[in-house]
Amino acid sequence: MTAPLGRRGARITARERYGAYVVLRCADADGPTPAAGQFYMLSCAAGWGGGEGERPFLPRAFSVLRACPASAPLELEFLVEDVGPGTRRLSELLPGEELLLTGPFGAGFRPPHRGRRPLLVGGGVGLAPLAIWQDQLGPDTTALLGFRDAMHAPGAELMSAPRVATEDGSAGHRGLVTELLAAELEADPQAEVYACGPPAMLEAIRALCAELELPAQLALESGMACGFGACFGCVVPTREGYVRLCLEGPVLDAHLLETAAVAGAGH
Amino acid sequence: MVELCGLELAHPIINGSGTFDAIAARRAFGEQLLERFPFAAFVSKTVTLTPREGNPPPRLWELAGGLINSIGLPNKGLAGFLAEDLPQLAELPVPVIVNVMGFSRQEVAELVQACSARPEVAALELNVSCPNVETGLVMGADPDELARLLARVRPLTDKPLIVKLTPNASDVVAVARAAQDAGASALSLINTLRGMALDPRSGEPWLGGVTGGVSGPAVRAVALAQVHAVCGAVQLPVIGMGGVQRGRDALDLIRAGARAVAVGTESFRDPAAGDRVAAELELLSASADGAQLVSPQPF
Ligand SMILES: Cc1cc2nc3c(=O)[nH]c(=O)nc-3n(C[C@H](O)[C@H](O)[C@H](O)COP(=O)(O)OP(=O)(O)OC[C@H]3O[C@@H](n4cnc5c(N)ncnc54)[C@H](O)[C@@H]3O)c2cc1C
Ligand SMILES: Cc1cc2nc3c(=O)[nH]c(=O)nc-3n(C[C@H](O)[C@H](O)[C@H](O)COP(=O)(O)O)c2cc1C
Ligand code: FES
Repeated sequence: MTAPLGRRGARITARERYGAYVVLRCADADGPTPAAGQFYMLSCAAGWGGGEGERPFLPRAFSVLRACPASAPLELEFLVEDVGPGTRRLSELLPGEELLLTGPFGAGFRPPHRGRRPLLVGGGVGLAPLAIWQDQLGPDTTALLGFRDAMHAPGAELMSAPRVATEDGSAGHRGLVTELLAAELEADPQAEVYACGPPAMLEAIRALCAELELPAQLALESGMACGFGACFGCVVPTREGYVRLCLEGPVLDAHLLETAAVAGAGH
Repeated sequence: MVELCGLELAHPIINGSGTFDAIAARRAFGEQLLERFPFAAFVSKTVTLTPREGNPPPRLWELAGGLINSIGLPNKGLAGFLAEDLPQLAELPVPVIVNVMGFSRQEVAELVQACSARPEVAALELNVSCPNVETGLVMGADPDELARLLARVRPLTDKPLIVKLTPNASDVVAVARAAQDAGASALSLINTLRGMALDPRSGEPWLGGVTGGVSGPAVRAVALAQVHAVCGAVQLPVIGMGGVQRGRDALDLIRAGARAVAVGTESFRDPAAGDRVAAELELLSASADGAQLVSPQPF
């Protein structure tokens, strides 16, 4: 799906808290319906800059959490975790205030190979692209979600019937989501894994799927300035050399990667 | 209409090399990019003789009002550019300026000759911000070094030869004069200023390339001062750039003497920034007292 040329305004229509996360809903009257796994570059129409270190200056990349094409105008939802000046400012936005956005950009998830059962694995805020993908695949699609603690676990409410792991044991399985995944793959070797989350989690999933020779599609992160291939800042190393994640990704086939632990990504 | 060393431009706003990839943008935005191309000419990212992967990531560090990049000039190399990219760039509705860089005079000569031979190329821009591996001198930081480079390559083409000056020179005006005396058709400035950032956690350099180039509004005042100084010293047309975000900033560079203005980093924030700056500039220029009119665009 190609994006309108230029930055456009989108009014916030709702803001909801899920523990440590904020879900922003906005009306994107001029935008096309995004594909699952695509992302937008977001900034605020007012007060962008002047946070910690007098940042932010550049827009920030966000996966689309959900798109509601039935509503007119099109409404988009984004999931925001406050980890720095940009996400802080965005998470403070209130209904009626204006978001600036460009997108949708990038290549999203591809359907599972014939005969393969999709299995969604998210870590923290990485659940965002998996929620819209589950909307499309169907609510019965298995989702495994990992969270740090009780503050973050409410993010699980954003997906349909997920199995949850928390590192502090405050909800669901005590431990890592990759433990749930390993058990799941043992029971069903016909899975195709779709994952998004912190670099260490994605790398563990990449290694596990490589060992089991299972296809996996990983939604990666890297520092992005533009989102449309202009800056060459977002490259990640692949077996075919550096690729611009905003153009060739953010979803990449795991077998393209020697590692999913991208330098400078995560927080 | 603006005339820039023989090129007819619909307005004075072009892009800074390496800040807009028209081929990638066409993938992201589709055919509307050709219908509403944001710039009056398109400047390619720097092309080198052999392909380059670029620097290891991370390549970006955000600043108050700007960024540091250590991209490292990734490109397909001359042969790949001419075979794959140039035919696509020729479909743009504006003149194409090819930016080239070589690590020796011989390399620059080969680049200039090969690009000049292609009818799709309207003009060449020389990125002289790199060291000559034979002399160890940054070609654009030393007037004599630059004069020797131009003496070698100027006779190789009839097309306009734009020299992109580096701000990391002790005497930019002396370099500008040397470029004029050696037959440059125009000058462009400023390129990025050398800068660096440390990882707040480890204290080690953040950027994969250790140092990088600072751009964006943080360098606007430096750009204005250098454009002003160079325009006062040479008669060549000048393309001013550095931190341009609004028509107001472009007007300042034009008042300082620039013939055309390039938008770089601002395109990252708004892919149609070139178009917007051109429209704002036109409004400002049309108003009797341009100074009073400031765009409401927030920064
Ligand atoms: C395709 C994609 C999709 C994404 N989707 C989501 C999403 O749905 N929800 C979500 O919450 N997040 C998402 N992210 C991550 C989000 O873009 C980042 O968390 C955000 O950019 C952080 O910005 P910040 O200003 O809050 O924090 P920053 O401080 O800018 O960033 C945090 C990290 O960046 C590095 N950093 C620190 N200072 C600087 C600096 N000056 N310059 C450069 N780097 C610095 C450090 O590693 C730091 O820990 C996504 C990222 C990508 C690439
Ligand atoms: C990410 C990035 C990549 C750049 N790549 C090049 C390049 O390949 N060749 C070049 O001559 N200048 C390059 N530049 C410099 C710009 O063309 C311009 O001179 C500089 O950024 C100042 O303008 P600005 O502040 O509007 O960005 C690059 C700048 C940035 C930010
Ligand atoms: S974010 Fe600029 S090229 Fe990918």
